[in-house]
Amino acid sequence: MTYEEIVSISPYSLSKAEKEKLLTERLVELTKLHQENCAEYANILESLDFDVDKVQSYKDLPFLPVRMFKELELKSIPKEEVIKTMTSSGTTGQAVSKIYLDKNTSSNQQKTMVKIVSEFTGSGRMPMIIIDCPSVIKNRAMFSARGAGILGFSIFGSKKIYALDDDMKLNIEELKAFLEKYQGQRIFLFGFTFMIWQHFYKELVRLKEEGIVFDLSQGVLIHGGGWKKLVSEAVSEEDFHQRLKDVCGLESIHDYYGMVEQTGCIYMECECSHLHASIFSDVIIRNPKDFSECGIGETGIIQVVSTIPESYPGHSLLTEDEGVLLGEDDCPCGRMGKYFKINGRLKNAEIRGCSDTYADKFK
Amino acid sequence: MLKSGGAVILMPINLNKKVLEKATYLTGDADTAAMLPTVPAKQPFAEDIIEFLNDVSREIMKNRAAKIYSDVVTFGFWIRKASILKLKERYDTETKDIRMGRGVAFHIAPSNVPVNFAYSLVAGLVTGNANVVRVPSKDFPQVKILADAINKVLEERPEMKPYVLLVRYGRDQTVNDALSSAADTRIVWGGDQTIAELRKSPLPPRSGEVTFADRYSLAVIDSDSYLALENKEKTADDFYNDTFFTDQNACTSPRIIVWTGSRREEAKQLFWDTLHQLVEKKYTFQPIQGVNKLTSSYLIAAVKPGCKIEKRSDNLIVRVRVPEVSDQLMELKDNSGYFFEYDCDDILELRPLCDNKRCQTIGYIGDSDVLKPLIYSGVKGIDRIVPVGKTMDFDLIWDGYDLPALLTRTVSIS
Repeated sequence: MTYEEIVSISPYSLSKAEKEKLLTERLVELTKLHQENCAEYANILESLDFDVDKVQSYKDLPFLPVRMFKELELKSIPKEEVIKTMTSSGTTGQAVSKIYLDKNTSSNQQKTMVKIVSEFTGSGRMPMIIIDCPSVIKNRAMFSARGAGILGFSIFGSKKIYALDDDMKLNIEELKAFLEKYQGQRIFLFGFTFMIWQHFYKELVRLKEEGIVFDLSQGVLIHGGGWKKLVSEAVSEEDFHQRLKDVCGLESIHDYYGMVEQTGCIYMECECSHLHASIFSDVIIRNPKDFSECGIGETGIIQVVSTIPESYPGHSLLTEDEGVLLGEDDCPCGRMGKYFKINGRLKNAEIRGCSDTYADKFK
Repeated sequence: MLKSGGAVILMPINLNKKVLEKATYLTGDADTAAMLPTVPAKQPFAEDIIEFLNDVSREIMKNRAAKIYSDVVTFGFWIRKASILKLKERYDTETKDIRMGRGVAFHIAPSNVPVNFAYSLVAGLVTGNANVVRVPSKDFPQVKILADAINKVLEERPEMKPYVLLVRYGRDQTVNDALSSAADTRIVWGGDQTIAELRKSPLPPRSGEVTFADRYSLAVIDSDSYLALENKEKTADDFYNDTFFTDQNACTSPRIIVWTGSRREEAKQLFWDTLHQLVEKKYTFQPIQGVNKLTSSYLIAAVKPGCKIEKRSDNLIVRVRVPEVSDQLMELKDNSGYFFEYDCDDILELRPLCDNKRCQTIGYIGDSDVLKPLIYSGVKGIDRIVPVGKTMDFDLIWDGYDLPALLTRTVSIS
């Protein structure tokens, strides 16, 4: 099954049984592809005595922990075909994931992302406000998940502006002019959850007190990056939505879950505040104790599968995130597929031992 | 004597109290610490020290709160008079020479093991030294129990106060500098990074240093001997204490199990099944540990063809059968129930693993004599060979160091 065929299917249209069949067929193919083309991956399957021909469901396929991509350079294509190496965000001193893309996989990532996001924003490009500073993209040293996210979502922007300057101050005049110019049109806004709260929302609140009000009721906001920092400020998802609406009329707000290791297959938050798996990918919640599949409502470690990766063996991965499956095929928003929520990162292990740990240096 | 061109460096009589006040004192105070250089050394195994330790032992044993901590109880038992006298016997020699403590022992305890500091302290005490011990910064209840017991006895025996200083401070080089300047022996636990940190603080010329660097350990199990053992649960319990009790992350914890003998597969099955039952009951499993062990097993499988990841029903014990023991194997080790296994026909096959200064303990089941050819082959590692279950037992000879020899000086008299 080619990816062309898959990507032509509507993202949230398949029922559980149809989707399982599609994923099993495609992911078994990808497993074979990587087994043939990535020696390290083949070694792993060999060490497990894994026989791909006996696989009944994509759920039986091995999953590589995402950290593998930090430790090893895993790819299933010759060096010459690498057109882009994506790296994950990482604090100084920590290893970063290295994801090798060829033309094909890179283009499939983009096509997939367009298909998924268009379900929420409508098709066609829109004037775009990036709620971040320009240096995130320009400065290679700072280039990170933030930069990659902005670049990835920029394909939905026709005319783009950055809402913040490099001191993280709101560009009030520019923003005003931009909104006036595109008045009445749908505006696309993108940014990272905490940045939006800290440097955009809070500033809008301050301006409102001065009598300066921005009208973003025509906007659609997509944001990602996790809730950790907002939780520490005691801001819930409901607060985030409600207060943005109160300050600037913004109503269409969608969180997303995604990772550099499976770019393209993002999990968008629907109108019912649920993250959704499209037919291009899936989440399987795994019991930490034995990696068995968790049922609805059970907290576990998130495995992600993606039908895209052909240039690197990243079609089935174990994340270090914890989450809960909320349901399948029956979200009130009408989309088929699994819907779930993320609880956050797994806690670091507290282990004993004779050697002192110095990890706190990197925090 | 003043030499031309040189400078006379006078040892400070008292240490800088301002600096010493940066530490918190679980026993004693900054004033006592400042006077450390003036405290007289004692003879090894001096009577007042043995009595002091015996009193501390009694305090620990009668404390109900201590009973739930097996490590505290083990320590309390170890410092009983009878037990210390037994240690003393080993050092009784018929000679005219006199042995004395070197003076001041400055100990840096590891931050992740609650009672290790106390063992280090006792090694310094029985060898006649005044001790200042940096205890773990983490608030282990065991540390408090021990400090309370020591304080109680110090009230009854105030003359011992200058010999037992327990301090707590962060990574502060000024305090390290001050205490190092007074140290006749510096004992550094906590591995390579802590050693590197302490080495920034100079020691006086005549002072010595004992460093406990990062180490790894292994177990050698003779399958026939194991199968002949009557009580497999007891063996599992012993092995659990060697490994899971410290998240298999102590320097003494076996990371690889080497199987010898004629009934390996049978022995493995029984050994791991029995252990698994115990781990399921006793071990507090953290979700990330399962992810970590999966990662480690796939990493070695990816880069070392021929590895087999053993089938398992859950993530408590992860085993990887390796086709050979190379010297880099231990760079791929992990903890919390992650084991390499190797089928061994000739003990000398372990040379690459043991010819490394990081190789510390071999825990064994069977006959320890079979390991001797390995040592005689001239490997640079292996400092201890102990039965499975005893890898954590502290002894005054540790990590290849004879602590009483290093913590005393000999006055030769002829």
